[in-house]
Formats: sequence, structure tokens, C-alpha cells
Amino acid sequence: MDCSLLRSLINRYCAGEENWVDSRTIYIGHREPPSGTDAYIPQRYPDNRIVSSKYTFWNFVPKNLFEQFRRIANFYFLIIFLVQLIIDTPTSPITSGLPLFFVITVTAVKQGYEDWLRHKADNAVNQCPVHIIQHGKVVRKQSRRLRVGDIVLVKEDETFPCDLIFLSSSREDGTCFVTTASLDGESSHKTYYAVQDTKAFHTEQEVDTINATIECEQPQSDLYKFVGRINIYQDRDEPIARPLGSENLLLRGATLKNTEHIFAVVIYTGMETKMALNYQSKSQKRSAVEKSMNTYLIVYLCILISKAVINTVMKYVWQSDPNRDEPFYNHKTDSERQRNMLLKVITDFLAFMVLFNYIIPVSMYVTVEMQKFLGSYFITWDDDMFDSELGEGALVNTSDLNEELGQIEYVFTDKTGTLTENNMEFIECCVDGHVYVADAICNGQILTGTVGMDMIDSSPGAGGKEREELFFRALCLCHTVQVKEEESVDGIKKGLQPCGKSSSVYISSSPDEVALVEGMKRLGFTYLRLKDNHMEILNRDDDIERFELMEVLSFDSVRRRMSVIVKSSTGEYYLFCKGADSSIFPRVIQGKVDQVRARVEHNAVEGLRTLCVAYKTLAQEEYESVCKQINTAKLALQDRDKKLAEAFDFIERDLILLGATAVEDRLQDKAADTIESLHKAGMKVWVLTGDKMETAAATCYACKLFHRNTEILELTTKRTEEQSLHDVLFDLSKTVLRHCGSLTRDTVSGLSHDVPDYGLIIDGATLSAVMKPTEESSSGNYKEIFLEICRNCSAVLCCRMAPLQKAQIVKMIKTSKEHPITLAIGDGANDVSMILEAHVGIGIMGKEGRQAARNSDYAIPKFKHLKKMLLVHGHYYYIRISELVQYFFYKNVCFIFPQFLYQFFCGFSQQPLYDTAYLTLYNISFTSLPILLYSLIEQHVNMDILKRDPSLYRDIAKNSLLRWRIFIYWTLLGVFDAVVFFFGAYFLFDNTTFTSNGQMFGNWTFGTLVFTVLVFTVTLKLALDTQYWTWINHFVIWGSLLFYVIFSLLWGGIIWPFLNYQRMYYVFMQMLSSGPAWLGIILLITISLIPDMLKKVICRQLWPTSAERIQAKRQCLSVEPSTIFMLSQTSSRISF
Amino acid sequence: MMASSYNAKEEDGQLSGAAGSGGVGAGKSKKPDNTAFKQQRLPAWQPILTAGTVLPAFFVIGLIFIPIGIGLFVTSNNIKEFEIDYTGIDPASPCYNCSQTLTWNSTKPCVCKIPFTLEQSFESDVFMYYGLSNFYQNHRRYVKSRDDSQLNGDASSLTSPSKECEPYRTSDNKPIAPCGAIANSLFNDTLTLYYINPNGTESLVPLQKKGIAWWTDKNVKFRNPGGNNFNLTAVFQGTSKPVNWQKPVYELDTDPENNGFINEDFIVWMRTAALPTFRKLYRLIEKKNNMIPTLQRGNYTLDITYTHFPIQCSDYPVRRFDGRKRMILSTISWMGGKNPFLGIAYITVGSVCFFLGVVLLIIHQKYGNRNNSAEIPN
Repeated sequence: MDCSLLRSLINRYCAGEENWVDSRTIYIGHREPPSGTDAYIPQRYPDNRIVSSKYTFWNFVPKNLFEQFRRIANFYFLIIFLVQLIIDTPTSPITSGLPLFFVITVTAVKQGYEDWLRHKADNAVNQCPVHIIQHGKVVRKQSRRLRVGDIVLVKEDETFPCDLIFLSSSREDGTCFVTTASLDGESSHKTYYAVQDTKAFHTEQEVDTINATIECEQPQSDLYKFVGRINIYQDRDEPIARPLGSENLLLRGATLKNTEHIFAVVIYTGMETKMALNYQSKSQKRSAVEKSMNTYLIVYLCILISKAVINTVMKYVWQSDPNRDEPFYNHKTDSERQRNMLLKVITDFLAFMVLFNYIIPVSMYVTVEMQKFLGSYFITWDDDMFDSELGEGALVNTSDLNEELGQIEYVFTDKTGTLTENNMEFIECCVDGHVYVADAICNGQILTGTVGMDMIDSSPGAGGKEREELFFRALCLCHTVQVKEEESVDGIKKGLQPCGKSSSVYISSSPDEVALVEGMKRLGFTYLRLKDNHMEILNRDDDIERFELMEVLSFDSVRRRMSVIVKSSTGEYYLFCKGADSSIFPRVIQGKVDQVRARVEHNAVEGLRTLCVAYKTLAQEEYESVCKQINTAKLALQDRDKKLAEAFDFIERDLILLGATAVEDRLQDKAADTIESLHKAGMKVWVLTGDKMETAAATCYACKLFHRNTEILELTTKRTEEQSLHDVLFDLSKTVLRHCGSLTRDTVSGLSHDVPDYGLIIDGATLSAVMKPTEESSSGNYKEIFLEICRNCSAVLCCRMAPLQKAQIVKMIKTSKEHPITLAIGDGANDVSMILEAHVGIGIMGKEGRQAARNSDYAIPKFKHLKKMLLVHGHYYYIRISELVQYFFYKNVCFIFPQFLYQFFCGFSQQPLYDTAYLTLYNISFTSLPILLYSLIEQHVNMDILKRDPSLYRDIAKNSLLRWRIFIYWTLLGVFDAVVFFFGAYFLFDNTTFTSNGQMFGNWTFGTLVFTVLVFTVTLKLALDTQYWTWINHFVIWGSLLFYVIFSLLWGGIIWPFLNYQRMYYVFMQMLSSGPAWLGIILLITISLIPDMLKKVICRQLWPTSAERIQAKRQCLSVEPSTIFMLSQTSSRISF
Repeated sequence: MMASSYNAKEEDGQLSGAAGSGGVGAGKSKKPDNTAFKQQRLPAWQPILTAGTVLPAFFVIGLIFIPIGIGLFVTSNNIKEFEIDYTGIDPASPCYNCSQTLTWNSTKPCVCKIPFTLEQSFESDVFMYYGLSNFYQNHRRYVKSRDDSQLNGDASSLTSPSKECEPYRTSDNKPIAPCGAIANSLFNDTLTLYYINPNGTESLVPLQKKGIAWWTDKNVKFRNPGGNNFNLTAVFQGTSKPVNWQKPVYELDTDPENNGFINEDFIVWMRTAALPTFRKLYRLIEKKNNMIPTLQRGNYTLDITYTHFPIQCSDYPVRRFDGRKRMILSTISWMGGKNPFLGIAYITVGSVCFFLGVVLLIIHQKYGNRNNSAEIPN
């Protein structure tokens, strides 16, 4: 439950009952309709404020406290603190109250600060100016003050501030172009239409006179659905009602393009806009480490309670003898004697709890918080993740998830703007086997791999030349590109201006076509315009050629090709056809098919998007028959599509192959390398995109998500139309499972490379069919089968996804039975819901606004930075924090277990073994800094090696360092050490003296001896674990041991005037003056450390992890530099 | 020895690339500092614990520990110790009568004599201890039942002792000095030692009662109230003696340097023992001259003079809780009293380390090279 949601609820509630209907009525310009219609009811809608923050100034303290005490640890400390306040306990309440207060404050400050940043970001959006029409004038207002019914003026390249109904445009035809890139990731321009009856209102004054109401549904999250009606009142006539659809609705987050300005009326505001509804409410994310930490905490709580119970029971058993309970030397007070038995038991139990409560240290939470907070600075500081173009480095929005970066199993990535630059580039074309590379200077790009290709100059003979020009003309003609000729335009194709002959800009719904036409321009054929149904081309000789456009056989995804029929100035009819190779080659009867095919395949492997171009000449009569055919098909009332398809099929045959083109949706720098690394690191990469399948698949090939030998499984609408979903699913799972069986066999024989891996392509519609729970009994399995298929595919591509669907997918994987850790990465507002849903959300600071970056947990400038983020930072953070957690539990077992044992020797009287100062400072100062530092700067393997060898990431997969086995090992090690400390000291003290003057030591010396061994052992244990000794480590580790000694000397060296006991006076010094104490301390430390050292050495020798192998290799290298080149090779498990 | 490598990183090429071209003015300011710390590239020593590195350590530990252990063990064995239990549980024991509450005549202190024989002479200084067992001086209620500021001579604490002293805080509406359970249960058997000369006469072994408490306790932590006023009777005016005591605190000794709170027997008792079975230093027997052993071999008697316990009507009553009383005579070496534990432990740990060293050596030889050689062909 988010407060924004709450607010909208309250708003709705306040609005009264009349608003609880399915539709809302909006009065344009807040103008009352003429009488005779419904009475004007002022309705309340939320303001246009976007809220992504969690707290407000007022609810911060209670809400934050509530959130914090929901953590079991904090709650537990609170209880302990209260117990200490109420009953007589062996230790003072300050020992637990102070740390708790500290933790709560630090956390609150941190969260408050983070929320303040969110407030600031929200304010920036909410206060950005918008233009609205009031009384015929344009007024500037802050975005958040927009109200439903306001008329807004939006200028070119501005983003719509809320959901609007399009009234009129500066364009004559009442259309405007919009990119919804930040909503659904499609960067192409879409056309929206103004309401027919209002499109004539062009000026502010005119628009202000519109008298109309809009009835529409209440907000819903589907971006593509909208139903409404506009009633326009003119004079005193009956209102004219017009239907409104999604083509009239301009969504918040979309950007106006190519249109000077528009007027529109606000219908949904603030958190009710479709974009906001596509957000997911923010819930606090918890990392897997934190979850295991909480589990361990419960285990320790159980240990603690059982310790207390054992001791309480033992106490009463022991005390059953009155001579033990109250010997002559140790009487109780009267009030103690008279106390109720039950009360006594409870008090004793609680006193034991308090005595042992240090086993769950408050300071662990402080240290973890500090580690996360300070550690996250290394991400922001990282120079490798700094993008000089953007001038920004990585951002950390939530530091709670640092270690989760090392645990990722599934990566969900957006395509447009994340994997790709969202920038199509013409790469080359091939005419009859001759390859032409576009002169690409103007993009400042150097093309590699052009060796051995024929350039334009080396023209292939006269006949070839003719073909070549025909090819270029074909590409210049066979498209649906529009030309925008304007000087001032600052469109997406900036790169064109400096080298283009005119400042025209091409616009098309398909970026590929733009790229092709632009490519042709660079090769000398410029498409100028479509004028009077004539297409004009400027050829190489600067002559204008005119072709009359006769027919356009438009593109569809079934045919996967398009054609145009043009008539040249000489009167010849040409049919130019371009399309996917698979749809062209079967229709070709002539041309150098083999050469072209080879080139196409070559390009496809490179990940380029290829198209083939073919043509045929038509005789006059042929053309006429074709024309007739098309027209009859077009006029058919029934099965029009089918008839058209048949007609097209008939026309587009017997073609002559001209050549092929290759276009690149330029991938982000090192995207392929990053994806490959992620794969090697054992992560499954899913691409979720709103884009269409072909484009997306091409990108996937380009970025090495799918390899050449990847067998693609398709689960698309096309297939499910042919077969039932059920059959398709079962087919696929059968294929995949067969592969599974063979996989296990092959890995045994070490031939894993030959096993084909599978890639799955699924589209949004099919996905919702899979996920939709239907009444059929078998359908419940669909999801399972689907998951099963996905699990066995190395890569999955989901195309045509709505934003919420992306989140659904993430959720589905997240909640599947292995509960994998997911990461979502994206750059647009359409990725926000997925980013919020995944365990870790990463935003790319893209061109499409900061929505994603703001709502993410981490923001990085480029996709390639993900590699370092996960492989290096994630790995380090995970290693660090898991050691931190385990070590903390370990050191507190060591700390408290002797105290538990001591109860058996002090009549279960809750006598603390250590002095209060030691009890309080143990976790706060004696042993806190070394582990904090360790958890900040430990590097078991150099970061270059981590980056070079992604498979190391598998070492830590599945929370491997916090498994039960390891946790139990640490705990047992702690118990062992504690037993060594306690009984070592016990035997040393056993009924004898160990001073050379015969004087005896008391119980405090006993405790101090144990404590000294304890502090040294746990610190040295950490020193043994440290594999990266910088001067800071030396300083902190030896420094804190020194601090302990100095503190003890000081603490025992003075009669402290403010203390009412002087039990530690000279205890430490007396102990150090005794030789056997020294020998004993050394002995006990050695005994405690040997088992762990032994375990480490033997495990490393016999069962080394990959990281340890790498370390061993590094050792070799330092001896033999000649083997340095072998290091780059990934080690495999074969050697074992 | 330690397999390690120093790794001082230079900024490898990639860093310069980022700094280069397109940095806008605003961008440059945001650019993170390129310090080794921030880039996590501090020069570091990267030791790895492998069999090869740990091996020598184990051998060294073994080689050092075993001689130390042998030394300790020998030293401990050379220490002479004699212990006698005088609780008087056995009816045949001379102290049986004194330890029985009912037969005890409260008017006259009960004395029992226990004869014993030292088989060996004690050459160096001898330390005389009393030992109690099953006596929980480390019970929480007991440990905290004292007032350190009262014992430090604080005047206000003398008249109003700390609440912790309850129920031994006041008696007869007067504050108890010293208050608390520890002081109240001061051990009060008097032990004297007689050497029985070969001719049958007894001669008193001189026992020295100074130097049994920590110097700091005697001189700093424990102080009589009233500063240098030696008239302790006046100083303790208005306080009451602990209920179990026969004499007030200012009559513990006649020597003003050993009276009141700074009485060494009292100080020793006030240092609560760590474990329920403990011993406390009672007297010193100093070596007089180099020719004669401090305690010759021969027959001795231990005289125990019981002090009347006002409330209990008994001797120092340990039998109720199965306690034992002992008298221990011991010589001391540099490592203290007789305690074979340390020596044995050192020898054991040393041997185990040596053994582990051998095991590791075998593992290292057998598996060590395989790891490296198997991977290099990759």
C-alpha cells in the first residue's frame, strides 16, 4: 500500500458517491454546458502530482519507526531493552539501549535522506512548467497544478504532462506525431488524430470557445485501450457526439514530434495517468542475504531461548537443595524470598535472556547498514562506470541490495535503448555479390572488416552498373518514408545534417526504412519527396528522376515483404519488392541467388538486419490486370484480407533478384560482450521488449543472445493460430526435455559445446494466454510447462510486451519454485514496473528521460556497465557481506558461549563472566572495525580477473556462502573456540595459582583471561580470512588489538570515581604480570585457530573453488611470468 | 615463506580513455576522483593460505611448543605440594568433633590438631593456602554484595552502604562495615603449623601474614576511612560489625598496617574466586637461610582454631553444602603452583601440529602439483 494510492483513494472518497461510477465527465475548459443537459457537478480529481517518495514530513517518524521495528531484529532489541528496564538483570539497560537507539537513528537518517532525494526528483517533475489556456490566453503553470478539464498547449519535443484528448494541431490535417519511447519503448513516430469537430480550432482564442464535454471511462492501466465520447455543443443545437478512441488519447510520458504545437484537454492527471498506473507500488526490497540473515537470526534466537531455558531449569534443579539456594554466606533479601515462584522463574528466564542476548548483536545491523551505505560509494566512485559522454557515473538509489548484485540468476533486459542505441544504421548492400559499404564518415564511425569488399569505385562493368543503379533506385522507391523538410528540425537524425545535401529529415514508422533511404543518400541516390503522387529521386549526376507511384503493396508480418509499383518517366512499369530473405528467395527466378544468399547469411550471423530486394518489369497490360486484381480485392466486403493476400501473392512472383541490404540497429557499446559474460557467469538473459518480433530477434542475434547454433523455439500468435496453445507447449517441452537428457550425457563426456542450446521467442498475446488462469483443468499446467521450457532455454525473447506484462513475467519467474534472484534493466518509463518488480532493478540513464533511473535501485549510464556492476561489484559485495554475517554470528558465539558455560560453575546465578565494559565494547569497538573494513575492501580475486573470467560468478551463485552447511560450520567453530577459551582458562585456574608470588586471581581475572583470548582469536581469525591486505587492514586489525590492550590497561589502571565498583582494578595488569597467563593465552589462541586453518588449507588443496584456482594460478604467475597468457583461459572443471 | 605477491596497480589504459574526449564542463565536475582507494585498487599484499605456506608454520609451532611444554611439565613436576583435608567428615578425623554443631561448646574455641608427615623437604619459599570447595564465591548475588567505595575509605559509603549489600547492609539500624555478603562470610579458621622435632618437642613454624594480597589492593583499592587516623575504633564509630563476625573490623589485627579494611586476610577473601572450588593464600613461610630447607621432611601438626560463628553456632560451616576445607602447602616456581595442564597441553598441541604438518606435507606432495599441472594445458 503506497501513500500515493492511499491518497487517490482518499480523493476518490472525498469526491463523493456520484464519482463512484465507471465513467467520468469532463467539461472542457471547465465550461458549463448549455442548460438542458445534466447539471454541472464539479468533480474532484487528483492533482497532477507524481509521487514516488515513501514518506511525507509528517508521517516520517511513526511510519519509519513502524517499518524499522517490523524487522525482527530491531523488535527483539527493543524487547530486550524493555526487559532490562523492568527487571533486575545482570547487565545495565544502557548496554543494549544505546546501540539500539544508535541503529534506529542511523537507519532513519539514511532512509530519510534517500526519501528526500526522491522528493526532490518528484518536485522537479511536478514543478516543470506547462502552458494552459485560460480565458483565451496562454498561461504558464506548474505541472502539478494541472486539473482535469484544463486545455493544454504542448509544443514540439515537449513531453505530455498528463493524459490528454487531442483537440487540434498546428498541422492542417489535424494529426500529430508522437513517440512513445519512454512508455513502451517504441521510438518510431506514431500518428494521432485530433477530434474531427475540433481540429479547426487553431488559436488559443478559438480553442477557448470550445464548448464540449467528454465522457470517458475511469482510468485503467492498459496503454492501448481507451473508450470515450465527446459531446460538442454548438449554438443551441443538440450536442454532436463523437466517439473517442486511443488514437485521440495522448499519454503522459510520450513526446510530441514533428508538430509545432497542439491543443489538448486534460482527462487523467497525476497518479491516474496510464503511465502512473503502470507503475507498481514500491515495496521495500530485501536481499537474499538479508533473508538468510533473518533466518539465522531466528536460529540464534532459538539457541538463545534454549540456552536460557536450560539454564533456568538447571538453576531450579540445582537450587532445590536449600543449602545451595541460600547457604549461610549468601542470604537472599526478604523481598526476594517472598516473591512469587512463577514470577521468580520468569524473572530468571528473562535475566538469562539478557545475559545471553549479545549472541544476537545489535552492532551487526549497524555494521551491515554501514557496510551497505559506505560500500555503495564504491559503485558511484567507479571510474570504469563513468560515462564521459553523459558526464555521469553510476548512481545508487538503494544501498540495501548491493550484495544481491552478486546473486543474479535471471537478467531481464529491455531492448530499445538498453541493448541498442535505438539508432538504425545502414551498413552495406550487396548487388549481385558485389558489396557496397556506405560511406560512414558523417557518423564518425570507422567500419572494420571491409577488407576485400568491392567499393563503389570498382564498378562491375556496364551491365553491372545498370543493375546497381536499379538496385539503388529500388531502395529509394520501395518504402513508405515521409520527408520532413525543415531547417529548424532537431529530430532524431541529427547526424544527417552536416553531410546531407539538404536538411530534410526522413520519418517513418519503421526505422529500418529510414536507415535504408539514408544509406542510399550516402551512396548517391537521394529520395527527395513524394509530390503529386510522384516520387522524386536525386541521382548521382544531380538529376532529378521522377517516378509515378502506382501502387503500394504494404508490409505485413505474414508476407514479410512489401512492394511498390512505379511508372518511370519513360513509361515503364516496375515492381520493386523488398523483404526478408526467406520470403524473397522462393519468388526469385533470376539473379545471382547464391552469392546474395551467402552474403545475407554472413550478415545475419553478424547480427545485421538483412533485407533482399528484387524487381520485375511489368508490361502495360500486366499492370492493368494487377491493378484490377488489387482493386477487386480491396473492394471485397468479405475476407478482404485473405483476398488481398492472394492478390499480392500472385503479383509478387517471378522476380529478379537485385541484391540485399544490411542495416544495423546499433548495439550499445560492448552489449554483446556483456551478454556473453552474463551467460558465462551462469545467468539467464531474457529480453523483454515492446518491439516486434523480427526486429527484436535480429537484435538478439546481434548481441549474441542467440547464437548461430541456437535452436529457436517460437511460441507466438502465429503458431498458436495453427495449433492449439496446448499442443505447442507440449511440443516445445518435449523438444527441450530431449535436449536435456542428452545434455547430461554429453557433459559427462565433456562435449558440452556440441549440444544445441535453445532460445525461446514468445510474444505478449501468447504469454497472456499462457498466464491466464482459465477454467480448464489442464491450463494450470501451462505456466508450469512454460517455466519448464524457459528453464532449459539459455535465452528467452519476449516481444510485444506491455509494461505490466514485463512485470508479470518477472514476477512469474521470481515466484517459480526455485525462487531465483532476478534483475531487471531498462531505460524507459515502460520498464519501471519491471524494475520495481525484480529483486534488483537497474535503470539506464537513457535519452528517454530519467523515469527508469529514478525508480531503479541502481542506475548506470550504459548497458555495458552491467558487467562490472555484477561481476565485480556484485561479487565483491556478496563475498564481503556473507563473511560479515557469518563472522558476526561466529564472534558472538565465541563471546557468549563461555558465559553460558560459566553458569554451570556459578550456580546458575546469571553471573556475567566479563566485566560490563567488555560486554558493551566487545561488539562496538574491540571487534567491529576490522570486520567493517574487511566488508568494505576485501578482494579475494583481482577485479580484472573477475571481469575477464565471468565463470567465477558461479562460485557464489545461489547464496552459496550462506548455505546451512557453512553457517553450521561457522557456528560449530564458534562453539569449539568458546569451549577452548573457557575450559582452557578453567584448567589454568583449576585450584592453583599461576603467579610467581603465590597470590591468587579472582573471577574477574578469569573472565579477563577468557576475554583476551577471545578478542585476539576472533581478530586473528579475520586476519586469516583477509586476502587483501592494504595498509588500512594492517592499521585496523593491529590497531584494534592494540586498542583493546590499551583500553584494558586504562580501565584497570585507575580507580574510576564515577563507578560504584572497582572490580577490574589492576586485574588486567596482574594477569599480564604472570608468565603462565601469557603462555596460556598463546596456547589457547593457537588451538582455536588451528582447526579453521586446517580446514581452509585442506579444502583449498582438495576441493578448490574456481576463485581459489585462479589465486593459485596467480601464485604460479608471480613465479613464472611466461605463463601469463594462459591466465585468460577460463578454467574448467575437467581437471577435477 | 608466505606465498604472496605484491600487486601495485597502475591505472591500466582503460582509465585514460574515459577521461579523454567528450567530457563536458559539467561532466568533468561529476567525474569521480581517480584515487586508488576509490577505485579499489590500493596496493595490497595478497597472502593465500595453501598447504605450502601453512606447512612450515605447523612445523615451527610444533618445534616451539614441544620444548616449551616439556619445560613447563618438568617445572610443574618439580613443585612440591602437600594438601590436607580438615573438614572432619570422617568420625575418626580429629576435627570431627569440632565440626559438629551440637557438640560444640560455644564458650571455648574448639581446637583440633591434625598430624601429618612431609616425605620430602620443601626447599624454597613455601606458600600456605586454605582451600574451600563447593563454595560459590562467584554467585551473582554474592559477587555484587559489596561496596567498593566503602572499602576504599569513602566516608559517606561507610555510613550508608550501597543497596547491593542487602541483606547485609545494616544490623540494629546501624550500617555494617564492611557491608555485604562477601565480607560477612570472611573465612575465620585460624591455622597454625608446628614442626615436631625428632626429639618430640613441637616448634612453631613462623607464618608471615603480609604479602598475601595484591599490592595494589592493599595500597590503593582498600583503604581505611579517616585517612591516616590510626584510631580505627573512633573511625568506625557508628557502624556495626558484620553479623557473622565475632570482632569488629578494627580488631582484626593488632598491627595498624594490617587492620581494618586493609587487613590482608580480609582483602584476600574479598577477591572473589572464579570457581566454586578454590584456594586462597593464607600465609607465607619464608626461607630463612640457604642451608636449611624451609620445611624439613618430618612430622608436623596442623592446629586449627575454630572461631565461634555467632549465628550459626558452629565452626566455619561448609558441611551443610558438602563443602570441604583444605590446607595446602606448596612451593612456587616462575610459573606458579603445581599445574601439569599447561605443560601437557603444550606438548599435545605441539605434537598435533607436527603431525598435521606431516599430513599436509603428504597432501601437498600428492595433490599439490596435480592442480597446477592439470590446468595449464587449458
